[in-house]
Order: sequence, then structure tokens, then C-alpha cells
Amino acid sequence: MNRELMKGNEAIAEAAIKCGCRYFFGYPITPQNEIPEYMSLRMPQVGGAFVQAESEVAAINMVYGAAGCGARVITSSSGPGMSLKMEGISYIAGAELPCVIVNIMRAGPGLGGIQPSQSDYFQTVKGGGHGDYNTPVLAPSNLQEAVDFTQLAFDIAEKYRTPVIILGDGLLGQMMEPVVIEEKKPLDIDRSWASTGWDGKSRKPARINSLNLNTEDLDAHNAKLQAKYKTIKENEVRYKEYKTEDAEILVVAYGTSGRISYSAVDEAREAGVKVGVFCPLTLWPFPEKQLFEAAKGKKAVVVVEMSAGQMLEDVKLNVPHDVPVHFFGKPGGSVPSSEAIAAEIKRIKEVC
Amino acid sequence: MQPVFRKSEMLVDKPFHYCPGCTHGITHRLVAEVLEELGVGTSSVGVAPVGCSVLAYEYFNCDMHEAAHGRAPAVATGIKRVLPDNVVWTYQGDGDLASIGTAEIVHAAARGENITTIFINNAIYGMTGGQMAPTTLEGQKASTSPLGRDLSVAGYPLKVSEMLSQLDGPAYIERVSMHDVKHIRAAKKAIKKAFEYQTQKKGFTMIEILSTCPTGWKVTPPAAMKWLEDNMLPYYPLGVYKDIDGGAK
Repeated sequence: MNRELMKGNEAIAEAAIKCGCRYFFGYPITPQNEIPEYMSLRMPQVGGAFVQAESEVAAINMVYGAAGCGARVITSSSGPGMSLKMEGISYIAGAELPCVIVNIMRAGPGLGGIQPSQSDYFQTVKGGGHGDYNTPVLAPSNLQEAVDFTQLAFDIAEKYRTPVIILGDGLLGQMMEPVVIEEKKPLDIDRSWASTGWDGKSRKPARINSLNLNTEDLDAHNAKLQAKYKTIKENEVRYKEYKTEDAEILVVAYGTSGRISYSAVDEAREAGVKVGVFCPLTLWPFPEKQLFEAAKGKKAVVVVEMSAGQMLEDVKLNVPHDVPVHFFGKPGGSVPSSEAIAAEIKRIKEVC
Repeated sequence: MQPVFRKSEMLVDKPFHYCPGCTHGITHRLVAEVLEELGVGTSSVGVAPVGCSVLAYEYFNCDMHEAAHGRAPAVATGIKRVLPDNVVWTYQGDGDLASIGTAEIVHAAARGENITTIFINNAIYGMTGGQMAPTTLEGQKASTSPLGRDLSVAGYPLKVSEMLSQLDGPAYIERVSMHDVKHIRAAKKAIKKAFEYQTQKKGFTMIEILSTCPTGWKVTPPAAMKWLEDNMLPYYPLGVYKDIDGGAK
């Protein structure tokens, strides 16, 4: 397999195409513009369709339409645009349609800025739209993971008939790294639910729908969704660990923060601090039990995030109660240096 | 014995939920008959809106998608890109199309998206209980314009066919009415023409249908027909507003 030097946004786009995605609907917003730009050239080349929608709202509803037809479809955006997409994502979750949504996070709130951030954790992981639903969230910390997770996202989406979100940030979107992008075939699974134009006999007419006016029916539908989410929680948790075996201090960080924390751990270890990283790769389902085990007996846990502390809440819920949890990070678009994280680790070592 | 009249096979055998005297039922029937006559019915894909016709997805014998409020043209765009050879249509009311969904309808029309939109203009929000619509007439009473629509407060009613006919994307736009048999027959012809244009891949087509809402207007069904004729026709003139093959006024 050829290794290719690619920009994160373009690598995500090509990974989608290489696993059979043929439809992209999106709207320009920094720092994810290379995804629609790349798709606008590539989709026609592979017999697919690219539509620059009139808004993020329209884009996600075009996704709803194409996904309802059983097609592999993707859209991408960043914070303000993701807020607009939330209505549609709720409908897609309610109608149980598979699709992939990429959020290359920028700093908020409001129009905020275009610098990398991790401030959309709550919105992405805790639902975002209305109603009781969850979306699997895959959080790459390097570009090979971005490629692999994009392709994995389609499989998870189709296997469970759910929208799946790739949660990256402006740094992952804009940086370049060598990646291997393999051709991957879609899963051989039942798609008889899809609206493909009825032939009048081989199945019932498709009903792509999230409306249930009868309370008993809606109760049953919600129960079905919750059972599905339980299965996803059992099967799809992903995480990785770095130098945790002998660690006294555990850094918990994902995405860009996770990646930088690897270097910070190396630097802190040079200064004699036994420290490791627990890096969730799925934010929903969150690696609850795995984090609990990893944090057991540690002198301290430190959560590093490019936000005011959002994943921090999930970490606090899932570490043993006698392990103190510290927070290092800030909102506003600044990326912490490995030196700054290492210094914080050393400071915590002194106080615990 | 030869049957002289029957229900369209494009309609599911299920009672409509519409109020007595509402013209949604007639329009459903016209759409179903046209799709059946063109031989594209069961393979067509319809998109239902939010509003009184939200349950339209239960009534047609073809694949149906239920869209978020106002988003039917975007949903139909997604469908049409995947199924370019199937007839794709939206069925939308005035709140859905002319208020919350203005961006979606304008841009689907501007793209010349090869879909057909059936646009029900009854000058009121029926489903939510008779609130003022973007198409509610000056002075018309509604539950959010209890003293009648005041133009100095609420602005002017939208003339959607006139607006969209200014774009280059649409292939056919006509406004028709449901207030009597003659006009209902004309409406069917217009609907058929729109779907025929789609099968010929001519681009975006929309039929605006002036309709009644006796419940929301708080009048009897016959009085509603008369009210439409007396009040809506002068503000919303009938006719062909766009026809790329000629014939628009």
C-alpha cells in the first residue's frame, strides 16, 4: 500500500470515497473547507454527486434524503454549522438512517473563531438535537486514525442504522501526515428498509419517517432505540493507552490533546514522573469501565482538553471516587504545548 | 360489468385524517391519479411536509419520506441525486414552503432540481390551530392575527409562484384553484404537465394550489369555497407563471 502525504480534511474525503461513499452535501465553513472542495472534484470522477447546499440545514436534509435511499452519504462542517445540522441529525437518528457527519471543531461560542478547539464535546456526545438519542462519536488523534475511523464510521452507521460523527478539530483538519487509504467494500447487510423506488411487489412501500403520534408506538420506538444504543455501548467502545502500566498519574485526553499528551508524557517521564495517557477513541460510547480500571490506584488523573472542561464531566463520572481529578486546558482556540502539559503533570506530581 | 369510476391504485386503502370540507383529499387524489396515468406511480418517491399533510406519507402507494418542517425540497434533492430516473415529488403547505422552508424551495428551484412540488396555499396554519401564515391575506383573522392581518405589523403575504418564476431554474410553475369542479379539472391538467416535464428531465416544476381550510377559517365548507373565490383569487391570480416551452403569461 502506498503511503501518501495528505492534508487531514482531504484524507477524510478520500477515505470516504475509497469505501464507497458517493454522495456529499455540504456548505463552506472554515476550517473544514478542503472536504467540500475535494469532494466537488472527486465525486463526479467516481460517478457520485456533490451538491453545495444553500445552508447547513439544507445539507443535512439532503443527507437525510440520500440516506433514506440506502446510499453511502457524508457531510462535514464545523461548530456553527453543526449547530444548524442538529435538527436534521435528530431526524436521522429518529428515522434510523445511516450516514457520516464530520465536525472539524473550531472555537466558540457563537461565531467564535477558526482556531482548533474541542468545545463541541457536549453538543456532539450528549445529543445536540432534540429527543432521546445518541450518535456514535469517533475521535481520531492522528491522520491515519482519521482515515480508518471515516471508513469504520460508515460500517457502524449501516450496521446499527444510525448517524455517526467523526469529531476532529482544526489542527487535524489542516495538518499533513503520511496516510494509507485502502479500498474497502461496504458491508453485505440487509438494506430492504431503504427507499429505492418501489417495484410494487418485492417489499412494502418504504416509509422514511420519525413521526409517531401514537404514544404507545413512540414508547416502543424509543425502547427500540435505547436497546440499540445499549448494544452499541457493549460492542463499539474504543480507546488506546500509552505508558500506563507503571503510571502514578493518568492523563485523559482525546484527539489533538491526546496526541500532544503523548509527547508531554515522554517529557515528564524524562523528569522522573511516572505518567501515562488514556486516550478515548470513541467519545460515545465513552470507555467507562476501561477508564475506571485504568484510573484505579492512580495518585491523580488530569484531563487535558481544548475547552473549558467538557469531557472532564465524563471522566469524573467514571474514575474511582478516591482518585483526584485535575483539569488542564482552555477554550478559545489555543492548542496546549507538550511543555505546558508536562509542566502541569510535574506540578500535580508535587501536590499529590 | 365495466367499472366507470374507481379509487386510484396509488392511494392506500386508508381513511384520510383531513377535516370535512378540506381540499387536501381532492389534491391527494389528483396527484395519485396523475402518477398512475403516467405509469410512474409506484416507483415514484414522495416527500411529505410538516403541517396538515404531515401524514401524507401514509396515504400513497409508493416510497415516502417524511421531512423536517420546510426541508422537503432538500430531502427531495438528496433522493433525486441517488435516484435520478425515478419521479421525485414534494407535497408542502404554505407554512412549510413559504415560511420556514423559503431557502430550501428557492434554491431547489434555482438549481433546476428535477423534482415536482405540490404547494398547498390555504392562507393559514391548519395543523397547529389556525395561526397566521405567510400567505394569510390582509385583514384575514387568524389565531395570531386576531384582529385581522395588519400589514404594518406582519408585512405582506408571499406570492410564491410569482417569486419563483423570476428564476432561471424552474421549467414549469402554475397556480390553480380547488374552489369548483372546473378549476379542479384544470388543476389536474397542471399537475400532469408538471410531472410530465419531470419525466422529460426538464427541471424544477411547481403547482401552487389555492385550497380551503373551513376549520381554520371558521366557516362551512361551501362558504370556504366562496371565500377562496372572492378573496384569494384577486390576490393570487391563477395562471401559468413559468413554462420553458412557452405558454406562460
